[in-house]
Amino acid sequence: MAHEDHHEHPPTGITRWLFTTNHKDIGTLYLLFSFTMLLIGGGMAMVIRAELFQPGLQIVDPHFFNQMTTMHGLIMVFGAIMPGFVGLANWLIPMMIGAPDMALPRMNNWSFWILPFAGTMLLSTLFMEGGGPAFGWTFYAPLSTTFAPDSTDYFIFSIHLLGFSSIMGAINIIVTILNMRAPGMTLMRMPLFVWTWLITAYLLIAVMPVLAGAVTMMLTDRNFGTSFFDAAGGGDPVLFQHIFWFFGHPEVYIMILPAFGIVSQIIPTFARKPLFGYSSMVYATASIAFLSFTVWAHHMYTVGMPLQGELFFMYATVLIAVPTGVKVFNWMATMWRGSMTFETPMLWALGFLFLFTIGGFSGLMLGITPSDTQYHDTYFVVAHFHYVLVTGALFSLFAAVYYWLPKWTGHMVDERLGKIHFWWSAIAVNVLFFPQHFLGLAGMPRRIPDYALQFTGWNQVSSIGGFAFGLAQVFFIYVLIKTIRGGEKATDQVWEGAEGLEWTIPSPAPYHTFATPPDVD
Amino acid sequence: MAGYALNMTEGVTSVSHDIYDLHMTIFYSCVVIGIGVFGVMIFSIIYHRKSKGAAAANFHENATVEFVWTAIPFAILIIMAIPATKTLIDLEDSRDADVTIKVTGYQWKWKYDYLDEDISFFSNLSTNRDEIANKVAKGEHYLLEVDKPIVVPINRKIRFLVTSNDVIHAWWVPALGVKQDAIPGYINDTWAEITEPGTYRGQCAELCGQDHGFMPIVVIAKTDSEYQQWVAEQKAVAAALVTSAGQQWTKDDLMAKGREVYNASCIACHLADGAGVPGVFPAIAASPIATGPVAAHVDIVMHGKSGTAMQAFNEQLDDVALAAVITYERNAFGNSTGDVLQPSDITAER
Repeated sequence: MAHEDHHEHPPTGITRWLFTTNHKDIGTLYLLFSFTMLLIGGGMAMVIRAELFQPGLQIVDPHFFNQMTTMHGLIMVFGAIMPGFVGLANWLIPMMIGAPDMALPRMNNWSFWILPFAGTMLLSTLFMEGGGPAFGWTFYAPLSTTFAPDSTDYFIFSIHLLGFSSIMGAINIIVTILNMRAPGMTLMRMPLFVWTWLITAYLLIAVMPVLAGAVTMMLTDRNFGTSFFDAAGGGDPVLFQHIFWFFGHPEVYIMILPAFGIVSQIIPTFARKPLFGYSSMVYATASIAFLSFTVWAHHMYTVGMPLQGELFFMYATVLIAVPTGVKVFNWMATMWRGSMTFETPMLWALGFLFLFTIGGFSGLMLGITPSDTQYHDTYFVVAHFHYVLVTGALFSLFAAVYYWLPKWTGHMVDERLGKIHFWWSAIAVNVLFFPQHFLGLAGMPRRIPDYALQFTGWNQVSSIGGFAFGLAQVFFIYVLIKTIRGGEKATDQVWEGAEGLEWTIPSPAPYHTFATPPDVD
Repeated sequence: MAGYALNMTEGVTSVSHDIYDLHMTIFYSCVVIGIGVFGVMIFSIIYHRKSKGAAAANFHENATVEFVWTAIPFAILIIMAIPATKTLIDLEDSRDADVTIKVTGYQWKWKYDYLDEDISFFSNLSTNRDEIANKVAKGEHYLLEVDKPIVVPINRKIRFLVTSNDVIHAWWVPALGVKQDAIPGYINDTWAEITEPGTYRGQCAELCGQDHGFMPIVVIAKTDSEYQQWVAEQKAVAAALVTSAGQQWTKDDLMAKGREVYNASCIACHLADGAGVPGVFPAIAASPIATGPVAAHVDIVMHGKSGTAMQAFNEQLDDVALAAVITYERNAFGNSTGDVLQPSDITAER
């Protein structure tokens, strides 16, 4: 016991954070990094929405506008959403499975500390001669190879680094889940958040190397005279898209499966009723992950694939609606005849449920090849993926933060402020993204800095929603700081209906937990 | 000007109608499912709340319910897949076309080749740059107007062969129900049979660099006889062009014409003041090329510079336009070489 006491108090100062191998510290670092990137990427979105407030070029030139759309996408995907979920995994998985820490704590430190350097390098390209990446976050060749600015090589290196970080994080999560569960915590008793992360981690290991391959081929095309993607040299620009989307589609699920896990923890808590179909949720998650490898070319319906290819990818794509439907029906049945209360985390989870489902519907529409020839590369697509990534992934992250923050800080969140943040965000985000469906259907292409006059009305509405949504997240900073500094003391249980090992330990969670495995029965 | 359009155009081709019907079918299916799912959720939220004294039931796992909510969506998907498959098969069938037009994407303009008629031209954005910069009022077709639209006959099956000269573009005209990527090294095909005469506007749909938002498409559909008349006019214009290339031009005429060409073909990268964008697009003003030997200047404009956005303009511009724009670049933006090129100099260079 004396040995344990010695470690009870974390070291102080900057070295605590630089050298930490503690899963809670690293989880905090990931979450702070993610939130910082959210604000930076959000700032870029504000530039985009400000430029699009009116037709004509007002604030930025087209080249810089393209850098904004590109960097906004890259920063949000690789800097905000993915590290946000890894941060939650670090904080929660050991506490949920009764483990003292992650299985590979030093590697854990390294996976995090790569991120700020990779992120800084990516952002630094904006200040280089010729500007940063301006070819979209999907960086299609040859725009990203032959026709790209010199800074593209820095972009490639930073993608490599982000990939290292993700793969190491994923390995750590898998090893922890498979080896460090407390006795009695069988796989089919694990909380769903742990299950969804286990499956997500396998997806990461499967596809991050594919992304690394794609950027490496870009690198050699740009600098070493190869022609993987250059038609004039016998290469194939469409090959790039196949490789990118073989990464890119599973990537979409990497950003949403942990969200499913979070919502599956929160809804039963506030419905005071167990999740309706635990095992069917696990199987549905696994099916979605499996199917995600077979649908990549639905991002490429207009590249001129053979009819048979288009039919296959259409059928496979709409098939994903089945397991996704199973999930939504499960949450619905969990709420049915529950005894519900609507604290802030539940509001965010319900916001997720309704709005993510809208994103699912537009996804189904996009999956149908002939109509996709009209939707493809328009604002309809932009609306769709923001419904799944903002009101889906990001809302689930907010839900998670509001749900577990009392456990992390020992303080309850001021419910009134949390609810203001929710309603403000939920209304603004719909004003922001719902009109973009109309813009896309009416014929507005995505990634344009200026538009024809008939698109003016909805663009203005969308921009106003955008500014309001941005401001709501600044308000969240206040809520966050206020909660960290003080507030009503949280009990160990925190939420009346909460179940799971993390609610058996004190709030705030001690620096070290489960040094002796808990008894799970 | 309706600034608040909500839905997709029905369009003017059989394919665009099929796509519209499919779109509405899926949309209404989603609405019905949505009302069901959201209805149940909202009902629970209202009635199954603790504040109303609802006690939690404890049911979970029910094989019948779970089978039903897997099987029903599956059945709905199969029903939806039938019309989708039919439309897709029709959309991909570009056989037996009456007119074939090759569409080539360039940064940032379109080139049209009428393969049966020996007609070939470039189509550039014609919106005044001052409108974009908010210096003058914007016209009705702001950003959706071109200097030379593509003209096609109605009630004929037109096949479009779509390719690109540099990066990937996408040729999209919503009213035609056509969107096809233009990819270097590939020739994709698609088709349209327009039922009503009219002017149909579209845009490039795939991010293709700086001026992606500024390469519109305008299609004018005419009756058969009007279309034949247009074809004859195009051939006459081409013949007149050959004549003018043989003439001597004055410097003033060349400068005036050169300015016109510069504003259509060069301004996007090198900008209105010839200053370019450092690190991306070199300046014309005081540049070693535009103030150095004439031969090198002619070479780069005609043959481009591989590995950069600088295109080979010998295929895009005729001899008069090339002579004029090179003369203009050597005597504008503070450059004052005094050099004057005649169209015959370019002809000799070809």
